[in-house]
Amino acid sequence: MTLLVRVREARHLGLVVALLLLAAVGLITSPDTFGTSSNLVSILALASTIGVITVGMTFVIIGGGIDLSVGAVMALASVWATTLATQSYGPVVMAVCAVLVGTGAGLVGGFLISYGRMVPFIVTLAMLVAARGLAQRMSDRKTQLIQPENSAIVELSTTRVLGLPLLVYIFALVVVVGWLVLNRTTFGRRTYAVGGNPEAARLAGIDVRRHTMMLYALSGLCCGIAAIIIMARTTTGSSTHGDLYELDAIAAVIIGGTLLTGGRGTIIGSILGLLIFTLITNLFILNGLNTSDQLIAKGLIIVIAVLLQRRGLESRT
Amino acid sequence: MSELLVMRGIVKQFPGVRALDGVDLDVRAGEVHCLLGQNGAGKSTLIKILAGVHQPDEGTITLGGEQVRFSGPVAAIRSGISTIYQELDLVDGLTIAENVFLGHEHARLGFTRRGEMNRAAAELLGRLGHGELRPATEVGRLPAAAKQVVSMARALSHRARLIVMDEPSAALAHDEVANLFRVVRELTGQGVAVVYISHRLEEIREIGDRVTVLKDGRTAAVGLPARETPTATVVSLMTGRNVEYVFPPRPEPGSHDGRPEVLRAEGLTLPGRFADVTLTVREGEIVGLAGLVGSGRSEIVETIYGARRPSAGRVLLDREPVRPGSTVRAVRLGMGLAPEERKSQALLMNETVGRNITIAGLGTFARLGWIDRRRERAEAARLVKALELRPPDPDRPVRTLSGGNQQKAVLGRWLTRHGDGVRSRRLLLLDEPTRGVDVGARAELYALIRRLADEGIGVLLVSSEVPEVLGLADRVLVLRDGTVIHESDARDLDEARVLDMIMEGSAL
Repeated sequence: MTLLVRVREARHLGLVVALLLLAAVGLITSPDTFGTSSNLVSILALASTIGVITVGMTFVIIGGGIDLSVGAVMALASVWATTLATQSYGPVVMAVCAVLVGTGAGLVGGFLISYGRMVPFIVTLAMLVAARGLAQRMSDRKTQLIQPENSAIVELSTTRVLGLPLLVYIFALVVVVGWLVLNRTTFGRRTYAVGGNPEAARLAGIDVRRHTMMLYALSGLCCGIAAIIIMARTTTGSSTHGDLYELDAIAAVIIGGTLLTGGRGTIIGSILGLLIFTLITNLFILNGLNTSDQLIAKGLIIVIAVLLQRRGLESRT
Repeated sequence: MSELLVMRGIVKQFPGVRALDGVDLDVRAGEVHCLLGQNGAGKSTLIKILAGVHQPDEGTITLGGEQVRFSGPVAAIRSGISTIYQELDLVDGLTIAENVFLGHEHARLGFTRRGEMNRAAAELLGRLGHGELRPATEVGRLPAAAKQVVSMARALSHRARLIVMDEPSAALAHDEVANLFRVVRELTGQGVAVVYISHRLEEIREIGDRVTVLKDGRTAAVGLPARETPTATVVSLMTGRNVEYVFPPRPEPGSHDGRPEVLRAEGLTLPGRFADVTLTVREGEIVGLAGLVGSGRSEIVETIYGARRPSAGRVLLDREPVRPGSTVRAVRLGMGLAPEERKSQALLMNETVGRNITIAGLGTFARLGWIDRRRERAEAARLVKALELRPPDPDRPVRTLSGGNQQKAVLGRWLTRHGDGVRSRRLLLLDEPTRGVDVGARAELYALIRRLADEGIGVLLVSSEVPEVLGLADRVLVLRDGTVIHESDARDLDEARVLDMIMEGSAL
């Protein structure tokens, strides 16, 4: 066990070092702004939305799949939850609505993938397009404001406990629960088995199809929670929310050391990967740099992270 | 006829195994030379040396009078030796012509010259007597027999002087075999030599000219006439291998008679694989299935386990019908499977030994999905000790273990102690449990399997190694072409008789 723990720690250690290096760069280049509590809070708030999605994505990818529909499903959930009809039932129903829409979309995709034997890439790509279209149709391409009587949703962003907005606690809760499910439950253990060797999992008596469907439902559930967070942060529901979030989430998972082929990965790694990404965005903004350069930097980070991981894997075997 | 290929004193050593221990082989131009031998006799290693995949440690290879040494598969192909493996290496999405010329396409400035390739492929197909195959057809849409023709056309396109065919008839229906033979005759008629590997004696008599028999990595006989050599002689050359397996003592014959049936399969049929298979396993009994690759033995086991759905027949476990086509159900009712391909079908290579053991019974260590890790670890540690896994460490990555210890971990998966409301294992299905396991570890596995049976578990054992089935099982069913052709107590059979049945299909 000690050896394995050490390897795992070492893998995260690289990410932690990268994170600290980026923070050091921030402190040097923007000494007056980077270290302020308001900046750190904004980094966490920014990370919260994609962070929640990343937790779901980690499950899907460890389980051998991929979910391209996350950003669009989140947008659909935010639109559905902010229609005047939904809003008339109050903030609790809005939140429940967002979660149900997300989970429902995930279930549909998961059903097609597991029982319809379709390729995850294609099913979730179709879901991406269709969910975005449905969101546009429902909202008539207009941004839907949260009504004043439902401001409880917005208060998730404005109310602070111990200096942090409530939505950061939601993010933290999702991470903790996600970690526990992945590492301490039969569902989590079977996720590794299903992703690492689906045939072996099936022959060991695991219901691989049902499990696969549940993984996508879980990812959809996370998109629903992310929709609540984005509604809180922007006070709106919109079909344009979450554009290209799927790429950031997948990138975070990959940087975090999860194998795209499934069977191996960690939630902690994914979150560290996401924080690295968010920190880069923050540094570029603070220094008034071009956003195009920011994209180039992110691309490089992905390549470097994967190269380092491959070297790590080879040196072990 | 002149000797095209002469191999002398070929030795090949693998870690822990001497796969070839001085093999001679002479092949003449224009002949069909058959290679016979039981599993583990060294046939595969020998053809891999011919194909340039392995390099021999000792010995010489002479091809057309010149001594050769292949650095790799490409070198062998350049010298005129093509190998057609059982698993054909064709690309389904490409056309026949593109497959034939894969890797040596007719091209100019990187652009393939399709018309020219199609014409050349058509000519090669014509030489093989299959002018009706159109070179522009996608290979994925062809039946198995036609794919084989494409593989042979590819061999010809490399100007092969010698073509090695590894059990080419295993995947073919009977009428397709006749067609295969016609193609082989076309080849030999043009002076190409064919090394033909098959377990079916009647095929060898029909197509073969001479036979070389391997046993224990040595040549048992060279250049026997294929048609005249009596079956008894061939079988006796293949049997009586020196490998000494230690089998645990068996209970008296008939001692299981009164005990309840754990498994009953009735009239099980899967078209094209096996038909009307009826078998029973009683409590504490080990039942062996003997048969060649392709005889349907693995498919029968997988069907009983619910991994395949039969078209007819039913499976009863403890007299209760089992819903077909669900492994989840089978496991819940008390079946366990050690599948044929350990690495691809059983092991979770990223995980530790302990987690590989506990994965199947995970629910028994959990309450509402929450794993009790202390109990899980204790159970993994108990089994690692009980099964004498080496090293005795449940936290080791499973991929670092030897084959025998990996197999113990797979067995251990079905032996976790059951919690409340979960049935313990009633039936173990073991498909080639000792494949890739060295002699010492085999004896331990045999003893373990017998011990499990003595505890009341029913065992259905599949093996290509006839001595293993005869030595370990109480009762043996002999399979050929998907039907049970013989059933008796294991002590009433001997190796030669079983081998004769599975190869020829006629009981002596």
